[in-house]
Amino acid sequence: MRRTRIARAAAVTAVLTAITATGCGGGSTSGGSNDNPDELTYWASNQGTSIEHDEEVLRPQLERFTEETGIEVNLEVVPWDSLLDRILTATTSGDGPDVLNIGNTWSASLQATGALLPFDEETFEAIGGSDRFVPSALAATGAEGQDPTAVPLYSLAYGLYYNKQLFAEAGIEEPPATWEELVEVGERLTDGDTYGLAVEGASIPENVHHAFVFGQQHGADFFDAEGNPTFDTPEAVAAIKQYIDFLAADGIVAPGNAEYAQNQSVSDFATGKAAMLLWQAAGTSLENQGMSPEDYGVAPVPFQAEPPAGGQAINSMVAGINIAVFDNTDNRDGALDFVEFMTSDETQRALNAEYGSIPPVATAQESEEFATEELTVLRETLAQSAAPMPQVPEESQFETLVGTAMAQLFADAAGGQEITEDAVRERLTAAQQQMQG
Amino acid sequence: MTALTTTDLTPPRAVDDGAAGGGPTPGRRRFRLRLPDRLRQGGLPYLLLLPALLFELLIHLVPMVVGVVMSFKELTQFYLRDWTQAPWTALSNYEVAVDFDAPIGAALLDSFAVTCLFTVVAVSLSWLLGTTAAILMQETFRGRGLLRALFLTPYALPIYAAVITWAFILQRDNGMLNHVIHDQLGLTSDPTFWLIGDNSFVSLVLVAVWRNWPFAFLILMAAMQNIPQEQYEAAQLDGAGVWQQIRRITLPSVRPVNQVLVLVLFLWTFNDFNVPYLLFGRAAPESANLISLHIYQSSFGTWNFGFGSAMSVLLLLFLLLVTAGYLLFTSRGRKGEHV
Repeated sequence: MRRTRIARAAAVTAVLTAITATGCGGGSTSGGSNDNPDELTYWASNQGTSIEHDEEVLRPQLERFTEETGIEVNLEVVPWDSLLDRILTATTSGDGPDVLNIGNTWSASLQATGALLPFDEETFEAIGGSDRFVPSALAATGAEGQDPTAVPLYSLAYGLYYNKQLFAEAGIEEPPATWEELVEVGERLTDGDTYGLAVEGASIPENVHHAFVFGQQHGADFFDAEGNPTFDTPEAVAAIKQYIDFLAADGIVAPGNAEYAQNQSVSDFATGKAAMLLWQAAGTSLENQGMSPEDYGVAPVPFQAEPPAGGQAINSMVAGINIAVFDNTDNRDGALDFVEFMTSDETQRALNAEYGSIPPVATAQESEEFATEELTVLRETLAQSAAPMPQVPEESQFETLVGTAMAQLFADAAGGQEITEDAVRERLTAAQQQMQG
Repeated sequence: MTALTTTDLTPPRAVDDGAAGGGPTPGRRRFRLRLPDRLRQGGLPYLLLLPALLFELLIHLVPMVVGVVMSFKELTQFYLRDWTQAPWTALSNYEVAVDFDAPIGAALLDSFAVTCLFTVVAVSLSWLLGTTAAILMQETFRGRGLLRALFLTPYALPIYAAVITWAFILQRDNGMLNHVIHDQLGLTSDPTFWLIGDNSFVSLVLVAVWRNWPFAFLILMAAMQNIPQEQYEAAQLDGAGVWQQIRRITLPSVRPVNQVLVLVLFLWTFNDFNVPYLLFGRAAPESANLISLHIYQSSFGTWNFGFGSAMSVLLLLFLLLVTAGYLLFTSRGRKGEHV
């Protein structure tokens, strides 16, 4: 009886403390402390084939870090579908990890919350300086003119994956270099149950990444210089219509792709149901699905045959994962040591090779693991023709709203509706109007 | 429930103690001395309830109040870290939400309408199926236990696994449903989309009913077992058919249970988040965009938690209103019948 009472009293106290902590909105002091120098909590994103795979890959590296520094790292691999929600919750409660991975497109939005430690010059020095990183990757770490709140960890870019056997059977010798060529070879490859291209039509992030690239090529930026949304400009409409039309008008995408959101398009490509796929570092997933590297080729994502006025020669977003330090960490020095360790040449080579991504650290890229056909194309894309997604605080809203609008357009097209410019504009206008909330 | 039992029991015991006369044990006397009679008789139950009440306040009421406070703030990513610093916006979140001529309000209204329709259809079907099965299961026959267990499976399965399985079944190109109705039976000329477009409403109802009807079945089956067999025998002697027995004996007898059951099903279905989220992901089709999903998207998807809270508060008010109205209406009807 007494024990329960004590337990209950303890529980009440705990809850009250928690509530007080929430009420205060977490850490009010900036820059964290060093109250707990022997331990770190690290939220890793799911880069491997499964959570377990990630733990297997990361564990030896973390042990090496513990050996070097004596700091224990508590690892939690957080699945993508809950990572952002978890970060937002941690931000509000102030009760989060010390170090965490973020999708690099969230950088500016999360930067605006103030939850992440800014990397000013001094902080950058603590992890070995900012000039170690590839400039395009560093551009996707926060809004321009502000100190970044994350540094690049793994880099990725989009490439055009094509099935060599299907191409040979159709008598196609070269992968398409322009969208016009892509549609043309796509039509030749589409036959019965086989289609020219596979798309992930109901996936918000995939849709919006393509919206960005087509937008760049058409001269649509989605945000003006003041950071106001410009989703429904004629350029944006043309860009998004071109992508939706692969299914709606050109018929080179199977209508069923409109409901894909669990990477079914990768499976379709791996099993030969589709001859082409636009994806970022698909190598590892393709191998897991039984497609060997000899069976497919990788080419740069196509451009416009006749670039419209204002169009940019961009054919990929700067995709990738950044690593950040939670601002109210109680082990600031340890956290920065860990970031330095994770971005060191040795760790970079080991982890990126395992995940099939590209090290954003220039010196680590030179290793021969990254000289495969696939990674060479992606690396060159990153160096020459990739641009970061809009680095504005409202980027997440843009992703959600435009990505959803495109999923609806794909659904309309698959349901047999004609996708006119007006139909696209209407969806985009509605998406933009949701921004004023 | 506990409170009632305690209040009922405490006074007689006090009388017993007194009636025992002579010498109550020293231990008891000490106890009695410490707790004044009045408190012991009237206050003890409340004292015992206090911890529960405290937890209820902490776990349910405090977050609710916090949510209401948030709904009056401009809580976007800029103030997320310390939301107490977010500027007050008075009623502007609410004004945006209920401005049905503007796109955001119109989207909310659409979502609300879809949710109402979905709730009415799903609750009716769940209740109908549950009642029918419970009535049929009153008869003893071979394999009854097995069937009962089988009927309860959907309710016992973890919701995530169950709904993901449904998502696989409902896929257009590789799903089992289209395999059967299109590939094997040839009922449709083209494979049907179940997860996008207007059919997604049908899918949503299907999965929600599949998930919820066993609960109705379980509750009603328990209630029907309390109906005395003699009533049916008497009715049979009077020449009542099966239908009349159901209408005149079964249904009136389980009426109090139905009153609660329908309310609970209504609240669950109206607030359902798991089923649509797992079935459609973040980009829910408009015809299946339930209000809980809509609010989630409007707060976590667009990082506008103040606005999300305002919509939640409106939803809470609506549900409170409906619940109060329902209870008032059904209780009045019942009283009238019995008097």
